[in-house]
Amino acid sequence: MELRKDYFADVRKDGLHEIGQPRPRLDSPGHVTGKTAYFADRNFPGMLHLKMVRSPHHHARIRSIDTSEAEKHPGVVRVLTARDVPHNVYTILILIQIGPEDETVLADGKVRWKGEAVVAVLAETERAAQEAAAKVKVDYEVLPAVFDMEEAVKPGAPLVNEYHGQNYYLYDSGECRKVRFGDVEAGFAQADHILEQSYQSSPIEHAPTETTGCVVAPEGNDRFTCYTNTQAMFFTLDNTSIILQMPGSKLHFVGGTVGGGFGGKVDVIVEPIAILGAKLTGRPVSFVYSREEEMQISSPRAAEKVVIKDGVMRDGRIVARKVTGYTDAGAYSRHSPYGAQKGAAHYPGPYTIPNVWIDTYCVYTNRTPSSAMRGFGVTIGDFALEVQMDKLARLIGMDPLEFRFVNAYRDGDMKAHRQPTEGAALIECMQEASRAANWPVAEKYMAMSSYRKGA
Amino acid sequence: MAKVPVEFTLNGLETAEFVESGTTLLNALRDKIGDTSPKGGCHQGTCGACSVIIDGELRLSCLTLAETCGGADIKTTAGLAEGGVLHPLQRAFLDAFATQCGFCTPGMIMAAKVLLDRTPNPSREDVVEALSGNICRCTGYEPIIQAVLTAARANSQNAA
Amino acid sequence: MAIRRGRGVAAINYPTGMNLGGDPTQALVHSTPTGNFMVTLSSVDLGQGMKQIMAQICAETIGVPTDRVIIDTADTDTGPHCMGTFASRGTHRAGNAVIQAAKEARQVMLEVAAEELEVNASDLETDGQGNIQVKGAPQKSISIFDVALSAHFKRGRSISGRGMFLIPRSYPEKETGAMKPSTCYAHACTVAEVEVDDETGEVTVLTVKNVFEIGRALNPKMVEQQLVGGSWMGISHALYETTEPYYPNRDHGGTDFNQYLMPGPGDLAQTEIIVLERPSADGPFGAKGPGEMCANPQIPAVANAVFDAVGVRIDTLPITPERILRALKAQAAG
Ligand code: FES
Ligand code: FES
Repeated sequence: MELRKDYFADVRKDGLHEIGQPRPRLDSPGHVTGKTAYFADRNFPGMLHLKMVRSPHHHARIRSIDTSEAEKHPGVVRVLTARDVPHNVYTILILIQIGPEDETVLADGKVRWKGEAVVAVLAETERAAQEAAAKVKVDYEVLPAVFDMEEAVKPGAPLVNEYHGQNYYLYDSGECRKVRFGDVEAGFAQADHILEQSYQSSPIEHAPTETTGCVVAPEGNDRFTCYTNTQAMFFTLDNTSIILQMPGSKLHFVGGTVGGGFGGKVDVIVEPIAILGAKLTGRPVSFVYSREEEMQISSPRAAEKVVIKDGVMRDGRIVARKVTGYTDAGAYSRHSPYGAQKGAAHYPGPYTIPNVWIDTYCVYTNRTPSSAMRGFGVTIGDFALEVQMDKLARLIGMDPLEFRFVNAYRDGDMKAHRQPTEGAALIECMQEASRAANWPVAEKYMAMSSYRKGA
Repeated sequence: MAKVPVEFTLNGLETAEFVESGTTLLNALRDKIGDTSPKGGCHQGTCGACSVIIDGELRLSCLTLAETCGGADIKTTAGLAEGGVLHPLQRAFLDAFATQCGFCTPGMIMAAKVLLDRTPNPSREDVVEALSGNICRCTGYEPIIQAVLTAARANSQNAA
Repeated sequence: MAIRRGRGVAAINYPTGMNLGGDPTQALVHSTPTGNFMVTLSSVDLGQGMKQIMAQICAETIGVPTDRVIIDTADTDTGPHCMGTFASRGTHRAGNAVIQAAKEARQVMLEVAAEELEVNASDLETDGQGNIQVKGAPQKSISIFDVALSAHFKRGRSISGRGMFLIPRSYPEKETGAMKPSTCYAHACTVAEVEVDDETGEVTVLTVKNVFEIGRALNPKMVEQQLVGGSWMGISHALYETTEPYYPNRDHGGTDFNQYLMPGPGDLAQTEIIVLERPSADGPFGAKGPGEMCANPQIPAVANAVFDAVGVRIDTLPITPERILRALKAQAAG
């Protein structure tokens, strides 16, 4: 790695004592000696293991659940169904008033995605829990499912989630989050070329080497300590308190040392049910996702579809950009309504465009609920935007890198969501990339700066 | 369930435990014996986080039954530092900033140790080959490869 | 049939934080009787090194070496509130909270030292080595060890501080979408060079040259860790990863590391990282959140390089050999 201190030296004070120094990491000695304590390194005598019975169907009504055989299985201590969960229908972002509550801790009457948790089995050993889970009988009436976002938003599509009433999230702005800036139609009318293209991604798994999980130990005083690899301690504690209708003072969460997260551990999935199990049995409980669960059950990065329509001038200026983004939330909201609106603010990218129109939708389908992942709301948008930029440059016969200089935002430029640009550095990154990659651009671009005098 | 006795040497110490038939060495080490340095990243032989050394061979402890380890000489990352002094591999991982979350690290170090025990002066290709059964999601592997190469150089300088 | 080369570029920015939900993090700092400093948080270290960075931030602010700082984090019985580690907010939000808490603690420390040295607190400075001295007269000094002892046993002072970072929540305006979703922005530009085998559709990323602007490299070696790992993940996203290879068809999802593909140690691109620092107005020592954005620009850069190599556009991720071959076939069919 090369630190190029010559850039922005005029606005930076160097020579600090500790900051900017390559100090060794205080946690690494624990890592290399195997001493670092992750949640699963805690082991308690008498600890029970929790395994989930999961839906084999993408969408089905539950006619009945019979747990009697499972309960008789040797080693089984307790079997939990929706009835055992005090506040079974929840949504994580309710803490920041983004509702409605739309997801069940354990399925109640219906399953909306293949893999959805239906019954929890607590047993003395993992093996007994697994074997007993296989003995739970659930009678399903399979319902039509919808997987394609465009199909899902059409009238007459199977309704994925009754708590929403339609297959998209309803914002205060309507069926999508909107950004309107300038006059996009006037921009298209003035453009020399118009290019409309569509981009698509598929779900992506965070795939941390440590799977999602927690270990819960009753403290003996009506309090429960939950060792967890959540990415957000109080977010999880507060949601657990709502789901279990248990005062927060009864909950003690310990974590902070996680074997990789990448956004995959911000859902509140394992902790509430494991704490409930500990409460109802009085025993320590371990609930750790198998690798298979991590891959297919834990939330992935949402699939997204992005449609971009641009109006561009022969000289390289983009004069209008219209973006329609669809985020595939799967069957439940989790963090997706947030991600879709974060995307609305991120478009039209780091470029100054006078006329912008953005609509971002959060769509429900019968698949594993998606959620946050590294670059949430932005990563796939950047893929679409930057491939589109390449196509535009070629369309007008400009060098792709030079084309970006023409449109790059600079200090003081107004963004479409009406924030003035501050601290821009796109131009300098591109100048340095031009040098490092031996990708020459015209002198006038190398002379540009993100600074604007007086800005 | 019936328990079987098993005795082996773990990091030089004689160890005896009763395990249920079918218990993996990984679970026996972690849950019974208390050596949590091998990590369970998949319990199905695809991540390498549980790697240990059994009689000089690199083994996935999640695919090894504890009851088959009678009389074996087992080494884990927890036993690598001697007298509080880090093994050159551990030192190299620190110096190369080759750990982030650290979950893959004990397994990586085991795999690298078996390589260096056999091939004291490995090529980059040798290192890549030796680590190719171990998943790391954080580092992009390059710092780990560099750490192993550095440890090998440090070893050969010490020997010289 | 041939191996074809191409290169592509992409440039991006990335927002720090999640102001659309309210974005608070708090920190507490106190000294032990012998002048070590405890930072108490409930922030989570996912492996990126949050604990180490908070230690350096506290150390810099108080004026002691980093090894005098101990991080106690993520116990909800002791740690004050943190919204969580996501949205590139950890370093930025928790860092600001730690600075505020450490400043308050430093002020008490200087006041106690001033009483011991019989000078004004405003005339004192730290030497960064564990001592407090009179500005311009460094021979008149006292160790922080002695200051802490005095505070605890003689003066009855608590060398401690509270820190809080909160951006008021932004509510998007319904019709225009006016909003303030985040604070500062990080930047990047990546050039990727690929080889595409037009017979097998296989893509090999030869080199990636990444330029990242991250405000301030608080610990350059850790920045490098994050950026190298992120660049790898970006390439992995571009070419390998998905849980639903035939999305929206739900079948064929991988369930383990044999089926869920990522580049292994033998599949690495030659990776170059260049870092620029334009300190942000609101970040701790100007830092922005680099953790997420570092995995983004490689994806379009690789996609554009594939086009440059073989003349087909793959607008669906991941860019698999199958998709490339189908596109080449369609192109040949005219
Ligand atoms: S836990 Fe053994 S290979 Fe993954
Ligand atoms: S350091 Fe996190 S998996 Fe390797």
